Amino acid sequence: MAKVLVVTSGKGGVGKTTSTAAIGAELAKAGKKVVVVDFDIGLRNLDLVMGAERRVVFDLINVVQGVSKLSQALIRDKRLETLWLLPASQTRDKDALNEEGVGRVISELRETYDWIICDSPAGIERGAMLAMRFADEAIIVTNPEVSSVRDSDRIIGMLDAKTVKAENGERVNKHILITRYDPARAARGEMISIDDILEILATPLLGIIPESQDVLRASNVGSPVTLNNPASTPARAYSDATRRLLGETIAMMVPAERKGLINLLLGRRAA
Amino acid sequence: MSMFRLFSNRRPMPVPASAPIARERLQILLAHERGLRGQPDLLMLLREEILSVVSRHVALDPEKVMVRMERGRNVSTLEVDIELPNGFEPALAATG
Repeated sequence: MAKVLVVTSGKGGVGKTTSTAAIGAELAKAGKKVVVVDFDIGLRNLDLVMGAERRVVFDLINVVQGVSKLSQALIRDKRLETLWLLPASQTRDKDALNEEGVGRVISELRETYDWIICDSPAGIERGAMLAMRFADEAIIVTNPEVSSVRDSDRIIGMLDAKTVKAENGERVNKHILITRYDPARAARGEMISIDDILEILATPLLGIIPESQDVLRASNVGSPVTLNNPASTPARAYSDATRRLLGETIAMMVPAERKGLINLLLGRRAA
Repeated sequence: MSMFRLFSNRRPMPVPASAPIARERLQILLAHERGLRGQPDLLMLLREEILSVVSRHVALDPEKVMVRMERGRNVSTLEVDIELPNGFEPALAATG
């Protein structure tokens, strides 16, 4: 049965689009039929991170407004057979989205795909509301930092109140994904701890993605990090998170600081 | 001596960990924000009602009514500051 997953956060710049691309690709590698949908109308970026920016013809707004057919707007990934992208419009604004139209597109996608991943815009306005509206599952992307945790709490409140599931007395299945985790700062006690975040947000953890150059490198070349460098630390963390999403039990790895050889030899602690 | 210090466990000035402060501030803040979620703005409501009660007895300038809330971990305080014009007593006597 099709699952609608929203990747959301409230705060901007925490890694929603990176995570959507990485998890979407990983699910497709596992043989699932996946579509990633960009809800960030006017500021689309999922196409760029996926490396499909030059193949966009029609977009979500065109489909919602009946200008084009869904099949005309969907872009198939060049690397993975079962991965598709539904891009956002770059020229319109979020008011061009309406609930009835989005609902229609989501139901149509449900007929064909195993996973429909909605990449939410930042904020709590119309675009973010509609991205979560029809969700069965939610990934709340959180950085270990006070403003991000506060915004995540707000978004969790909205997932519990303003989704179709919530209004029908059901629950959206929520997961926290911690991104941009910096082991060195954690060791110095400068970063709010993962245990504290989970206690405050009272939501289970899906994975911890370390801050990494590999993520930047992957977006530079337009490839999800799980495809661009599957052996890298962030890619392995995304892979574990994806398997947990599919119901597997995998021990949680907290990214550790890599000590330089010199520091190891001298027995220096992480300062 | 200086060579020894160069290779020993040399650490920078100890800085107190700020993460516990972040946790504490978030816990206090979110406890309040969750309580207020989905409700009309409590302070606006209090201000309106206090204003209407007081102005039943005293003629006052709505601009001179301040309602402020201070949030603490165990207790919160509500501060109401109403500036009364001089010579308000007759109005009080008239209604009383």
